[in-house]
Amino acid sequence: MSSLTILAILFGAGTLAYFIGRRRSIQACGGQQQNLHSRPSYHGFYLAILTALPAIILLVVWSLAERPVTRYVAMQELPASVVEGSDAQQSLTMSVVDTIAEGVPKLSAQEFEVLRKARLGFATTSDARDILVRHSVILGSNPDPNVLGAAFKLAEARATSRFLLPIACFAVAGLGFLWGYTRIRPGLRARNIVERVMRSGLFLASTVAVLTTVGIVLSVLFETIHFFQFVSPFDFLFGTVWDPRFATVGQAEGQFGLLPLLWGTLFISLVALLVAVPVGLFAAIYMSEYAGSKVRAFAKPVLEILAGIPTIVYGFFALSVFGPLLRDLGFNIGLEISASSVLTAGIVMGVMIIPFVSSLSDDIMNAVPQSLREGSYGLGATQSETIKKVILPAALPGIVGAILLAASRAIGETMIVVLAAGIAANLTLNPLEPVTTITVKIVSQLTGDLEFNSPQTLVAFALGLTLFVITLGLNVYALYIVRKYREQYE
Amino acid sequence: MTDQTASLSSFKSEEAQKKLRKRHWAERRFRMYGIAAILFALAFLVFLFTSIFTQGWSAFLQTSVKLPVEFSREVINPSGNPEAEDEIFQANFVKLAREGLYKELGIDPKDRKVRRDANRLLSRGVDVQLRDMVLRDPSIIGTTEDVWLLASDNADALLKGSIDRETPNDRRAVNDQQVAWIDQLVDNGDMKKKFNTGLFLNGASSNPETAGLGVALIGSFFMMLTVILLAVPLGVCAALYLEEYAPKGKIADTIEVNINNLAAVPSIVFGLLGLAVFINFFGLPRSASLVGGLVLTLMTLPTIIITTRAAIRAVPPSIREAALGVGASKMQLIGHHVLPLSLPGILTGTIIGLVQALGETAPLLMIGMVAFVVEYPATPLDPATGLPVQIYMWASSAERGFVERTAGATMVLLAFLIVMNSLAVYLRNKFERKW
Repeated sequence: MSSLTILAILFGAGTLAYFIGRRRSIQACGGQQQNLHSRPSYHGFYLAILTALPAIILLVVWSLAERPVTRYVAMQELPASVVEGSDAQQSLTMSVVDTIAEGVPKLSAQEFEVLRKARLGFATTSDARDILVRHSVILGSNPDPNVLGAAFKLAEARATSRFLLPIACFAVAGLGFLWGYTRIRPGLRARNIVERVMRSGLFLASTVAVLTTVGIVLSVLFETIHFFQFVSPFDFLFGTVWDPRFATVGQAEGQFGLLPLLWGTLFISLVALLVAVPVGLFAAIYMSEYAGSKVRAFAKPVLEILAGIPTIVYGFFALSVFGPLLRDLGFNIGLEISASSVLTAGIVMGVMIIPFVSSLSDDIMNAVPQSLREGSYGLGATQSETIKKVILPAALPGIVGAILLAASRAIGETMIVVLAAGIAANLTLNPLEPVTTITVKIVSQLTGDLEFNSPQTLVAFALGLTLFVITLGLNVYALYIVRKYREQYE
Repeated sequence: MTDQTASLSSFKSEEAQKKLRKRHWAERRFRMYGIAAILFALAFLVFLFTSIFTQGWSAFLQTSVKLPVEFSREVINPSGNPEAEDEIFQANFVKLAREGLYKELGIDPKDRKVRRDANRLLSRGVDVQLRDMVLRDPSIIGTTEDVWLLASDNADALLKGSIDRETPNDRRAVNDQQVAWIDQLVDNGDMKKKFNTGLFLNGASSNPETAGLGVALIGSFFMMLTVILLAVPLGVCAALYLEEYAPKGKIADTIEVNINNLAAVPSIVFGLLGLAVFINFFGLPRSASLVGGLVLTLMTLPTIIITTRAAIRAVPPSIREAALGVGASKMQLIGHHVLPLSLPGILTGTIIGLVQALGETAPLLMIGMVAFVVEYPATPLDPATGLPVQIYMWASSAERGFVERTAGATMVLLAFLIVMNSLAVYLRNKFERKW
């Protein structure tokens, strides 16, 4: 019985318990509902929670624990050389054990006998392999008897777990139901209990966001530390050559210098900001200071469309239209512009982040008190002089915050650069040449076959951590500035 | 007195007037910069949409050719046993289609060069088309029928005008002979562009003319379903706790800052999280839309929490106090009043979150959804792709036919987003309440 079926049955049982609990509470007070502390439906929920909740918790915990526990049991069958061996060897052996164990339940009694003999050494392991291949279990070599033994143990442990799980869940549900049923009486404070459970549920939901952050930090940090066992942090952070080579397990032959990637990322983001800041700022000035309410009501959402378009669309546009266009344009005026130049990716990305600059700056300039404007007009300043000399300086911290947020967007942006920026890591100052970015390299190191023990794969997590730290720093600082600024005029 | 007239006249002096004109000119110029900035953004938007539309609209049409195909028994089912499906799967349907083509064009099947040229007019996917016909209705074996079959991507490109007829013969992907045949077929009405249902139904294929979005659409559907089932309840519950229960102080502040920062974490980092936690730690399968949905759930959660909190905060205190005053508990206040009243706001926020999730690509690349999937995924645990990932994969392919497909797929994605956004705007306008 799959976990999903058990879950569905538990939900069904909970619903049933709700109706039984309601009936029971009405019976318990002899139909005089005013004598109940809580309304009958709360008694229903009380019984439903007692029936389903502990069983569901058991189901979840069991399902999470099943894999590590069965794995541990199977591991006991393997010789010490494997168990104490390197991580790579261990995970390789365990994955073979895993694939064989998948196939074991599919075997007929006769075939199983052959495998058992092979394990004890009475049949050849190549026979065992042939049988497994017939059940679409593909193996790289003939299985070792020890591995077969571990696979048997694993399959057995799994079968036991699958057999026990529904029994345990239904027993817990039944006990919960019986206990709750006997406790229902008019004086039971069912509502308070139900509400306390619901409140805990709300609290748990709110911790998911925090858990996500913790999860990001831990998972990325863990793999990064793993990476630094192959490559020294110093070589990673200050290396000027990016040349990871191909993934060969356990051998750090390549060079993993962060600097060319970091430079590429910053260079493209700089071009993007050179486009987005003037355009976004002037658009914000026009919308907040000059435009009538109708123009504003039209222009603001239209600008925000730019931020709503998926970045893959920008990437495709840059790749198929804008890059070739720039290249031809450059060709006509005698410049050699690569189709995947810094300019291509930078300009398209700049357009994408215009709304991040304009929307927030617009809000911030609107928050500048009207009295400041009127004071300036009273001194005879024109509108543009007021904006330049009074409003912009007053709104400056907020605008800087907006620009920093936009910069963090640009640094973390992936799809535009994956499609439209270069592949080769290049330390260049020429915006007409291609460079590559951190995000591009994360994608290229993690697509295709993954081997979690090679620095070539793990470097993606180190790059991810770098990216996370940079963007987080920018965000925290930007939000701090904006918050501080808001308080100033409140 | 004289001082005043002097200063008054100095305002009207040539010099002062000139300065004033200069300042007014600067004023107008400044204003023009603002208009120019908005126009620049607008122009870019229009350019983006038109360039995708002009490239993509033709993907919704596909060239087909009508051929008299003889479903000969010797080729399809020589044993005569209608149960022998593997015979049908191995039958040489390409040969049948080609023979039909030679008949239609009236060419000599003995001449190898002519034959090779003619073969290139047909898609490499015709065998699947014919095989499916036979499997659906085995009674057509032994008859000859007029069948609409897919033309090759080069024939398609010629008809759509993306191969220039003026290019010299030796540099054109279709040679003069083939052009003549195509013209002949078109004149007879035996070759035309039809609505491309395959674009929406087919799975992955290395031939542009048989590649479709079917798997991607199903994958995206599963992912959206996961997001709706997980992110919405979690997000609303979290927002309720933070607004209604959380004691104001350090913890609430931490969670608040946390959520704001989470909303700005680069999406690719969520992909790394998914890879390390869901796939590596929990052992969920790679390329599964369930994992994609989980990653997108974590990504959209901050958006939903932030919008829901704003909606809850907009419920006026008078309603809360009235409810508490007649003896409702806090939970009853939430269930009976706060939630129903903030529902429109929550719905709008949810749609905005979904729009964001539907268009997101980068995290899906990390969890292996860049896969060549031909079969429809039956459950969220089967390998699948997503709409934006399919666009990415097609955009990275070299064949000409895929450029058109990519733009077409982009149009499909944009259409979904426009519909969802319009729904959000409609809901906001319809249910927005001013207290």
